[in-house]
Amino acid sequence: MNSQIAAILTMDGVATGAIYVLIALGFVLIFAVTRIIFVPFGDITAFTALTLADLEAKRLPGTAAMVTVLALIAAAIEVVALLRAGAGRRIPRALLYYLVLPLVPAAIVWATAGILLPAPLRIVAAILLILPLAPLLNRIVFWPIADASVLLLLIVSVALHFALVGMGLLFFGPEGVRTESLVDFSTDIAGTPVSGETLLIVGSAAFFSFLLYLFFNFTLYGKALHATALNRTGARLMGIRPQQSGTIAFLLGSLLAAVSGVLIAPVNTIFYDSGFLIGLKAFVGAIIGGLVSFPVTAIGSVFIGVLESFAAFVSSPFKEVIVFSILIPVLLWRSYSFVQTEDEAEE
Amino acid sequence: MRRLALGLAAVTALAFTGIANAQDITVGFVTSLSGPASSIGLNYEKGMNAAYAYQSEVDGHKINLVKLDDGSDPSAAAQNARKLVQDNHVDLMIGTSSAPGTNAMLTVANELKVPFIGISPVSLPVPTSGHPWGIDVPQTPNLMVKVIADRMKREGIKTVGFIGFSDSWGDLVYNGAKAAEKDGDPKVTSNERYARTDTSVTAQALKVIETKPDALLDGGSATQAALPLLEMRKLGFKGNFYGTPALLNRDFVRIGGKAAEGVQVSAGPVIVTSQLPDSHFSKKIGTAFHEVFKKVNNTEADDGFSGYSFDGWLIFLNAAKVALKTAKPGTPEFHEALMQAIYADKDLAGVHAVYNFTPKSYYGVDDRSLVVVKLVDGKWVYQP
Repeated sequence: MNSQIAAILTMDGVATGAIYVLIALGFVLIFAVTRIIFVPFGDITAFTALTLADLEAKRLPGTAAMVTVLALIAAAIEVVALLRAGAGRRIPRALLYYLVLPLVPAAIVWATAGILLPAPLRIVAAILLILPLAPLLNRIVFWPIADASVLLLLIVSVALHFALVGMGLLFFGPEGVRTESLVDFSTDIAGTPVSGETLLIVGSAAFFSFLLYLFFNFTLYGKALHATALNRTGARLMGIRPQQSGTIAFLLGSLLAAVSGVLIAPVNTIFYDSGFLIGLKAFVGAIIGGLVSFPVTAIGSVFIGVLESFAAFVSSPFKEVIVFSILIPVLLWRSYSFVQTEDEAEE
Repeated sequence: MRRLALGLAAVTALAFTGIANAQDITVGFVTSLSGPASSIGLNYEKGMNAAYAYQSEVDGHKINLVKLDDGSDPSAAAQNARKLVQDNHVDLMIGTSSAPGTNAMLTVANELKVPFIGISPVSLPVPTSGHPWGIDVPQTPNLMVKVIADRMKREGIKTVGFIGFSDSWGDLVYNGAKAAEKDGDPKVTSNERYARTDTSVTAQALKVIETKPDALLDGGSATQAALPLLEMRKLGFKGNFYGTPALLNRDFVRIGGKAAEGVQVSAGPVIVTSQLPDSHFSKKIGTAFHEVFKKVNNTEADDGFSGYSFDGWLIFLNAAKVALKTAKPGTPEFHEALMQAIYADKDLAGVHAVYNFTPKSYYGVDDRSLVVVKLVDGKWVYQP
């Protein structure tokens, strides 16, 4: 291995790591606020890529049907719940949030099906289409068991992942897709060729991490989310609704997954089941951050990306083994060096 | 619901065979119409539809075809095989679209002593009794690699890099290339692997380039086989690309785009029937196959799988013709006569290969069963 190869590997690793950063941040965000380890995160990333490819091929994306089905189920559950609680006058509001809003992007895409929109509009459409997915799943699957143990939430989350993969096969079909390049540009940094895609991926990861930082520190919603993450009961006493916080967390998570999906679509062939492994590696990054710290998560994810790249060079058949083996020292290190701060006792 | 439908189908089939003429021949066909193998299974099904339309009687004896779905599940394939023999009293079985399922059916055939024609690769040893009850139509993976390795040698290539899937398919291709290397074919310089769901093969491609091979052998399959080719061209690799029939896939061509242009793969001649010279063994029968396939299925046969079903049927037709002279359908003597007739039939030209079966092996093809095709402007072109 010479320095040129090392530079290319590092570059490749950082680009992959930047994708993991976006997903890992979503993992931490959702876990902190709702205590759910949202396993299907990677699937949403893959679905975004497939949606974008469908839009590019002037087809109606499977996501439209998927979101419609989920919105109908969520709206029905919400209406029944409200009627049972004797709060029928809140039904129109619930319908607006759970039926009308999620269906607006689907309707727009349906109306423009067959027309090739310009690339930026396609990306916006794909992101908007994906956005309601995680919050709707949250409403349907996780609300009824919001106070259950972390383990139960994890098991349900794994089950949800398998259900989503099945739905992916149903709505998108078995073939892989690869979209057109977003940027056609490449440059040299210290003699190493760097593609525009790489710069775009790294730039986007940095930009969205920064946005997240701003959101948490300078907006009321961000502070409410932060408060819920620190102490659910305390936040509730202060007038913050944990369910609303959960919805916002899922919405933000959806956005991060969608952005990473848009970024990954032109650099690799994505299948309906590609998301799981991407999500799993990002999860290792999130674990390095202890599922609490955003900066450490980001650093950990980039580290995983670079490690993966070098591992693939040294011994490609054992690449995954090397990447996932890193979990063992990380877990040992975390369990010895950090005192359990989370208040596990149920109130 | 599907199970109910299947049950009904089986019952109807049973009723039909019940009233069928005792002189009719009954054939059982199993493929995967549901589950993960169904995308391939459907091609086998279409091939069988074409085969049945091509000829559905032998010397005045009508052939009843009983079709079952194994749902991509090897144990269901084995159950189907038992059902076909015990309930439908078939004279011969053909199946199925996955290698594990085919192995399972072959085991049942050996146990129940009913002739079996496998249409996916099998990996079972020939029974110690020395009397196998089955044969296998497809080319062996070793042969697929050998033919393309010989082509590399002919084109003056001395060394070849390898990138393949990190599963058993990658192993088969790599081992095939290693075996060919021993026979004087190009030296394999690397053994790099990737998974279908990987996001990047940059590292593997770099490692291959470091070994400075003249060419690259692609041990991937279908769409994701394009990934190493795209990456190698991006890193400035100038050598030729070679591959196996696993690359003969519409989406591979779409995703691979410019990078995949010029890739050469070994393929069953049925892929390029229209481009074959008139003297080629599969020209006449292949043309007939494509015509009847189009008529029955309303689409072109652009895959290799449907051809295996068709060739299996041809082997059966030829054997039945001979066996009918000595035994009556539905009897153990007829089963034995069918097996012996299959072995006695020499140089049978199918759409894929010239078949010569012996009891020593399940496979009966030689290197005539593969031609080399090249991707030119998104189309596979025959390379004599």
